[in-house]
Amino acid sequence: MTQHHSITLHLNGTAHAVSVEPRHTLVDVIREGCGATGTHTGCEHGVCGSCTVLLDGEPIRACLMFAIQADGRQIRTVEGLAHGTILHRLQQAFIDHHALQCGYCTPGFLMLAAGLLEADPNISDDALQDGLSANLCRCTGYVNILRAVRAVAAELRA
Amino acid sequence: MKSSSFEYHAPKTLDDAVALLARHAEEEARVLAGGQTMVPAMAMRLARPGHLIDINAIPGLDQISLTDHAMRIGACVRHAALGATAAPGPFGRLLGLLQHHIAHLPIRTRGTFCGSLANADAASEWCLLMVALDGRIEARSTAGTRMIDAEDFLLGYMTTALAPEEMIVAAHLPTLPPGTRVGFHEFARRAGDFAQSMAIATYAVAQGRITAPRIAIGGVVSRARRCPEAEALLHGATPDPALFQEAARQAATHAPLVEEDPYLRSLTETSVLRALTGAA
Amino acid sequence: MNALPPAKGQVIGHSVTRLEDGPLVRGQGRFAADVNFPRQIFMRVVRAQIAHGHLIAINTEAARALPGVIAVWTHADVASIPPIPFRATRLQGLEPYCQPILAAGRVRYAGEPVAVVFAENPYLAEDAADLVLAEIEELPVLLDARLPPAEFAPGTSTEPAIVRKQFGDVDAAFATAFDVVALDLSVGRHSGVPLECRGAIARYDAAHDVLELHGTAKKQHWNRDEIARLLGLRPHGVHLFEGHVGGGFGVRGELYPEDLLVCLAALRLGRPVKWIEDRREHMVATNHSREQHHSLRAAIDAQGRLLAIDAVFHHDQGAYVRTHGARVADLTAAMLPGPYRLHAYRVAGHFRLTNKTPAATYRAPGRFESTFVRERLMDAIAARIGVDPIELRRRNLLASADMPHARQLDALGTDVVLDSGDYAGLLDKSLARFGWDALQAELRARRAAGELVGAGIGFFVEKSGLGPSDGVRISVDRTGAVELVSGAASVGQGVETVLAQICAETLTVDYRAIRVVRGRTDRIEFGNGAHASRVTVMSGSATHLAALEIRAMALATAAPLLQAQPDELTLARGHVVRIAAPETDLMSLAEVAAHMGPGSPLMIGRTPGLTAERWFYSDHMTYPYGVHLAVVRIDRGTGEIRVERYLVANDIGRAVNPMLVEGQIAGGVAQGLGGALFEEFRYDEAGQPLSTTFADYLIPTLAEMPALDVLVAEDAPSPLNPLGVKGAGEGGINGVGAAIASAVDDALRKPGAITTLPILPRQVHAMLPR
Repeated sequence: MTQHHSITLHLNGTAHAVSVEPRHTLVDVIREGCGATGTHTGCEHGVCGSCTVLLDGEPIRACLMFAIQADGRQIRTVEGLAHGTILHRLQQAFIDHHALQCGYCTPGFLMLAAGLLEADPNISDDALQDGLSANLCRCTGYVNILRAVRAVAAELRA
Repeated sequence: MKSSSFEYHAPKTLDDAVALLARHAEEEARVLAGGQTMVPAMAMRLARPGHLIDINAIPGLDQISLTDHAMRIGACVRHAALGATAAPGPFGRLLGLLQHHIAHLPIRTRGTFCGSLANADAASEWCLLMVALDGRIEARSTAGTRMIDAEDFLLGYMTTALAPEEMIVAAHLPTLPPGTRVGFHEFARRAGDFAQSMAIATYAVAQGRITAPRIAIGGVVSRARRCPEAEALLHGATPDPALFQEAARQAATHAPLVEEDPYLRSLTETSVLRALTGAA
Repeated sequence: MNALPPAKGQVIGHSVTRLEDGPLVRGQGRFAADVNFPRQIFMRVVRAQIAHGHLIAINTEAARALPGVIAVWTHADVASIPPIPFRATRLQGLEPYCQPILAAGRVRYAGEPVAVVFAENPYLAEDAADLVLAEIEELPVLLDARLPPAEFAPGTSTEPAIVRKQFGDVDAAFATAFDVVALDLSVGRHSGVPLECRGAIARYDAAHDVLELHGTAKKQHWNRDEIARLLGLRPHGVHLFEGHVGGGFGVRGELYPEDLLVCLAALRLGRPVKWIEDRREHMVATNHSREQHHSLRAAIDAQGRLLAIDAVFHHDQGAYVRTHGARVADLTAAMLPGPYRLHAYRVAGHFRLTNKTPAATYRAPGRFESTFVRERLMDAIAARIGVDPIELRRRNLLASADMPHARQLDALGTDVVLDSGDYAGLLDKSLARFGWDALQAELRARRAAGELVGAGIGFFVEKSGLGPSDGVRISVDRTGAVELVSGAASVGQGVETVLAQICAETLTVDYRAIRVVRGRTDRIEFGNGAHASRVTVMSGSATHLAALEIRAMALATAAPLLQAQPDELTLARGHVVRIAAPETDLMSLAEVAAHMGPGSPLMIGRTPGLTAERWFYSDHMTYPYGVHLAVVRIDRGTGEIRVERYLVANDIGRAVNPMLVEGQIAGGVAQGLGGALFEEFRYDEAGQPLSTTFADYLIPTLAEMPALDVLVAEDAPSPLNPLGVKGAGEGGINGVGAAIASAVDDALRKPGAITTLPILPRQVHAMLPR
């Protein structure tokens, strides 16, 4: 029953033709099939958010979707945030505000925050806190993650 | 935590979908809509479907249609689509209140309303809503379409009246008349967690008296339930804090809890009281 | 000791951004799962589904028959490998209780490895593991460390040891006491649970006759030596590599069965072997921690001053002794007295095995537990004699004049000597910063309006900077690039940045230009890794000493070239300058290094290179301390506890990078909140684990975090190292259980109500006034 299917994932603007079993999760194929290991798995059951990516612009858990379902869809991951050597403002804010320690949850948080701010550049602080409570971090106590994203949100509003 | 193997089908029509379901019913064929409950169960190998029938490619299933008195929610409508803007008035407000409590945004962008019904979790906000508003489920198989009342659909803890070869096509929810007051309360250990206890309360007031009261509870019971004793007490009475307190007590006293437990009874009372008190 | 002046330096003491962050925010990190080698195969562990029983048979036929499966092993295949050893404390007799890498004849916890499968891909490996059937004859389970010990194996009991410590005449103190206060308290089973699960990738490089292990952390050198010993290899032929590490918190980087299994498989099967733990495995396989039951009595005088403490506790170690041995019990016993003057103390810690996942250290091991116990006791004494809990603490705190204070106890094989501290001073500062007096009035007003609100305190003493030694080698190459090689490791806390800052301070170079190498056994012969808040103290001091030596070498080399005496020169902007004319760069470090190359006439007959290795030795730990203050609100309807405000004040002697210190503390608070209110590994009566997913094991999210204030104090530099530093890794978590329990008592208006952690809404609800 290990039939393979040929699919195309549009990852950060590049088309990747990959061969997958239906049971391969999107996060596994992004990492192993496309070689983009910036997206992490922390629980593989949809709670921790380490695997958060943007699917057609919306944040999703890449462990809760089979790659075959994403055939032909646009996926953005942490590798797609920076423009060459210029960091995305969220990436820079995470550095400036010490919003990461071990860095394992960071790609998921960056994509979650990017999704929130792109969907609503005028997002209220309550909605921002509510949105950011979707993902787990075990190092920072969230204080500086919130600080970093708030700083970017304030820039966007200004 | 890798799923066991399955065959994947992505039918383009409902006819094809139900035909596939019928053909593979013996091999544990399952419908895949949002997958936010089933995929983790598969990762833990608690579910090992032989066939997955992905209905996301079927046109129209992601549609919400709203008439004067009802909303029809297609099988692929995501939780996130049911925010406050999906409908006007008290019904829309209630949807917004509930939607906010369903997991977290990245789950709400994928998970579906009808998927929640199919999984029939005791802590599902949408099951609670269906019971509170007397919703109906539109189920389809190769034999045709049937409508099932929410009360008859939800059989118990994660058990529904859906046959193995049947799939949910849509949910139908009666909307609420203008002026209806709606309230909701949920208690969960952390933001976004499954509810330990929750309640919906809706009622209207005519000539100073309560009409059409609806109280439904979830989390503390094996499936979402109405609270007829509390509704009877409220009907025709004048809304005031003492009345709400007594109605909450009635709801808690008569709730068929998952186990006899004073704490759960007290949570039930709290949720009903706060849903009633907060209704606006 | 070449001590650094206490003032803020050019780089030290500044909140500079981290060297580590660039690749991590770009998705270019290299965590264990990101390590891949050509032709690698995947390991999957088959784990016992039963908590205790005789292993009758393991049927592996179906798994072996699956196409793509390379091998399936059970204990018979690895019987020649000894059990995993432990790092000794002074306690003897733990050897018979160590864990075999695959269960031998008996399984002792649900989750114990009974077999391993090797296959071409991870999906297939899991398919095959599902087909391995272990036949187990069930035995009665022991799930409570307070129950009488049972048989571990014929001839051994489930109580391997009792940790005993004592000073003073306890019985005499109780005989003359004004009053005696007794308490029974428990701390629940929880643990580090980092966001990255464990991983191990081994390969044998025949060309160089080297076995490589990737995905390692924390204790590479000890682990290398033990892997070599257990597998019959030479340590020089085993290299351990540390990539990025997704959180350590005590549990990662210990030697586990899986580390040895991948190494053995790489040798035997001739292909690289990769194992990545999944989350459900992690919850039953990686070290648990914290579960202890305490009974203690305190003898007090009429003013509530402590005369003696007589403590007994039962430490629930789980099924086997792991690499930490009895460290947590040892630290609990040694650290329980905390910041208070105490004349007599007796403790018996029953180190007991149960049929649960083995336990070991989790951030602030033995201190989170003992601070909860001791501070509950202080609150109880205050209630007994009717004095304010803050005042009661003031009466008992050791004074600055008492420092250094020898406790007449040992911890981790060193004598406990509190090195420095102004406990009362920090208490005053904390209360003032939190607005304690105004807060009391505010809480009274809120209570009058019907709210259930309260405030609480936990005072803690930490320990950090465990010796005995650590070394650092600094090299400047002919381009002026600085490389720092350390035997330390990083678990994500910012080690590279901190060591670079310390090095840059003396070499006067840009800290961002320093490459820091850590966690690699092939680059430095010895190392003690990263644990117990030791890196800044030990490796930081070694860095300081090595940088001073580089500076001295550079000045000595430059002096004749500049027709100067070395003591007329110094470094500025990475250049040699005259002290008398510091604005003029005379010679760059690059030029000095070029003069020190192997072909340089200056170096004939000498060891070339601007390179220095220096070691820092310490036979005593440093003792940071601090105060936690909390405000909580209880929901009458649900028993839910919301922590509204929180303050941690922590004196760490000197903060090399205050931003990183605050980050450590904030992270510690979140984890402490987990242990105080949310996280618990629960078991049913058959020993089946009930907390195996993130839906059952509740880690706090942003929404549960209180408004947090952090006060980093530098009032009491450590006299034990040239930087004056103390560790900052564990003060943030240490007092959380204590402070929240105290605040919940206050909100309930019931002193002593809270006796167990985590504090659950259900329990609080049952305590509410009706």
